[in-house]
Amino acid sequence: MTTEIPQALIPKFEDDDTGRKIAFICSKGNLDMAYPGLILANAALGEGVEVHLFFTFWGLDMISKKHMDSLKFTPLGNTATHMPQGLGGLPGMTAVATSMMRKQIASIGVPGVPEMLEQIVASGGHLWACRMSTDMQHLEMGDLYDAVEGIISASDFIEMTEGAQLLFI
Amino acid sequence: MPVATINDHLVQVDEEGFLTDYDEWNEDLARVLAAQIGIELTEDHWKAISFLRSDYKLTGETPTLRRVTTVGGIPTKELFVLFPKKPAKKMAYIAGLPKPRGCV
Repeated sequence: MTTEIPQALIPKFEDDDTGRKIAFICSKGNLDMAYPGLILANAALGEGVEVHLFFTFWGLDMISKKHMDSLKFTPLGNTATHMPQGLGGLPGMTAVATSMMRKQIASIGVPGVPEMLEQIVASGGHLWACRMSTDMQHLEMGDLYDAVEGIISASDFIEMTEGAQLLFI
Repeated sequence: MPVATINDHLVQVDEEGFLTDYDEWNEDLARVLAAQIGIELTEDHWKAISFLRSDYKLTGETPTLRRVTTVGGIPTKELFVLFPKKPAKKMAYIAGLPKPRGCV
C-alpha cells in the first residue's frame, strides 16, 4: 500500500495550536440579536477555538430559564425590515413579527436559543453570567440555564479572557 | 483540478485536498485519509463516516455537525472526541465529501 498525497494537499486541520480564544459579550435580549453570538460561537468551536460567552444586561435573557425560550423580535426602530415604521407599533405586531422570524429560522434548520446553547456547551463552550446584571434583576444561579458555569464580575471576565479576541454584540 | 495518488489510485481533489468525486471514495481510501490527519478509524468513527456518506447521497450536501447529532444520532461531545478540534471538516475529509456549507 503506497500513499503519495502531496503535503500541500492534506488539509491543515491542526492550525489552532496557537491557543486561539474568542470571547463573545452578549448584551441584547431581542430574538434577532441573540443569534449572531450563538452562531459565531458555535462556528468557532467547530474550528477548535476556545470560546467564552458572557451574558450581560439584556443579554441575560438568553440564559434566564424564564425568558430564553421566548425572546421576541420587534420591527420597531429597525429600518431593515423595510416596513413603514408606524406598523411596528401596532398592537400585536411584536407577536406576529416574532412568530414569522421563528419560522424563518426554523426553516433553515437552525434551532431555538436553548438548543443552540446546548450545542455550544456540548462542543466545549463556556457560559458566564454578569454579576451586576444578575444583581439588578435579582437572579441567582438557579434562575439561569443549568450549563452556566458561574456568575462573575466584569473584572473576572476581563481576567479570564486575557489574550482572547473579543466580540461585543 | 488537482489530482492526488492515494493507494495507487488517482483521485480528484480540490485545492485543499478534499475528494471531489463521491464515487472515487472507498473504505481503504478512508483509512488512508484518516491516517493522514492522525486518526485511526474505529467502529465509532465508521458510524459517523457512514452517516455522512448516506446523508450526502440523500440530500446532496455534507451534513453539519448539528445534523450528524440530531439526524445521525451521534452526540456532539462524542464527535469532538472522535475527530478532535474540527470534527465537521475532519469527518467530511475522511468521508470523501466537501466541507459542510451550513452555518449550524
